[in-house]
Amino acid sequence: MRIPCPLCGPRDRREFYYYGADDYLRRPEEGAPPEAWDAYLHLRDNPAGVTRDLWHHEMGCSAWLVVTRNTVTHEVISVRLASEKEAAK
Amino acid sequence: MRYSGLKVITEGLFGNKGWRPAWRNPEPKAEYDAIIIGGGGHGLSTAYYLARNHGMRNIAVLEKGYLGGGNVGRNTTIVRANYFLPGNSEFYSHSLKLWEGLEAELNYNVMHSQRGLINLFHSDGQRDAFARRGNSMVNQGDDAILLDRDGVRELLPYLDFEQTRFPIYGGLLHPRGGTARHDAVAWGYARGADRRGVDLIQNCEVTGIDIENGRVTGVQTTRGAIRARKVGILVAGRSGQVAAMAGMRLPIESHVLQAFVTEGLKPVIDHVISFGMGHFYISQSDKGGLVFGGDIDFYASYASRGNLPMVEHVMEAGMTLMPMIGRAKVLRSWGGIMDMTPDGSPIIDKTDIDGLFIDCGWNYGGFKAVPASGWCMAHLMATGESHAVARRFRLNRFLTGHLLDEEGTGSQHNLH
Repeated sequence: MRIPCPLCGPRDRREFYYYGADDYLRRPEEGAPPEAWDAYLHLRDNPAGVTRDLWHHEMGCSAWLVVTRNTVTHEVISVRLASEKEAAK
Repeated sequence: MRYSGLKVITEGLFGNKGWRPAWRNPEPKAEYDAIIIGGGGHGLSTAYYLARNHGMRNIAVLEKGYLGGGNVGRNTTIVRANYFLPGNSEFYSHSLKLWEGLEAELNYNVMHSQRGLINLFHSDGQRDAFARRGNSMVNQGDDAILLDRDGVRELLPYLDFEQTRFPIYGGLLHPRGGTARHDAVAWGYARGADRRGVDLIQNCEVTGIDIENGRVTGVQTTRGAIRARKVGILVAGRSGQVAAMAGMRLPIESHVLQAFVTEGLKPVIDHVISFGMGHFYISQSDKGGLVFGGDIDFYASYASRGNLPMVEHVMEAGMTLMPMIGRAKVLRSWGGIMDMTPDGSPIIDKTDIDGLFIDCGWNYGGFKAVPASGWCMAHLMATGESHAVARRFRLNRFLTGHLLDEEGTGSQHNLH
């Protein structure tokens, strides 16, 4: 599997550290109930198909990436920097 | 039909014409007392113990493919009870005891071989940790022997003890650990359940779970609707999809774990050896193939095949530990879909929906758990109470903080 880093171009999977589903981008507000933190940290849709997850280009530019990919075929559909706002739909 | 050595001989003398299918192939009925979703090791053993221990007969196991076609048919077959934490320790101890009587219980040869399992350690600190683990195992009533380097060398003279990075200091021997024939476990439980009246329904995929007023009433399947007041979900890597049918999100992420087997060789590795520092473990099957594996591929995947970086890593680790296997040819590699929980421990619990139970989160350790998982899940489904040895496998433990972090690495999806 190769991941096209927006800054470095297509790079081998081994350059990246997998962090987990993009639920981690939706951090609950301070004072949110335990259920919200449980959902943020632990509960997952875990789809067989298109998913979005966070990868760190640790052996490259060190950028955090949001990767949209298919968990069944390993096709990488799109990649953006986690620091960029999600494109308006 | 009861299997025996005499039966094999007489069938051999008379052309093997007397063998019959090991289980029926029934049509699904309109209603059952209990439905088990998933015809793998855990589902089949749950159905078996529901019938055997709790007298239930009107049970269906629904399997979308064929029986035993998932992880129970594609693992590295290791059976052990070397857990440390209260909650895990008594559960796996119970499972190993069930394994030891399984062949007589099921009248089926599961080829359970207690050849001994050795966990290697490579530093003073790791030795202390293993000594503590060994004491915990002994306190649980299981067996553990701390071996120094000479003790390991006597058993495993072919290891490279002086590797520059991880010289071998010793190992923790678990004599009752070993292997079993994975398919036979599924088939043995299937046959045993069928003989007690359980309907094993293959090619029957569950497409929906019917819930009325917070209570489960049945399931929708590719072979029609089936009613039941009790439904158990035991679908391993597919837990997320099936739970979603009931509107649930689980603390589970599915990952691929690879395994490998070489061509058949003469007997050379008599034990199960695990090399934790290199993420590598190995045993030799009765056919002679070296069966080995490493860690998960470490990103969410349902591909059922592994990636090449992990293949390379496992081969490197194997060559580091035992260079003698370098000339063996790898015949096959494959991947299974692991239902990974954040703390690396399983779940056997009720859900918030009355009558709906779930048994999942076995990570990469589900095979050895098959007997006790079925035993405890059957107990839960029949009585509504958690079995004593599975009482900490709670679905909500990540919310309440009652974690079972056996590795001591933290509770996060990408750590186990």
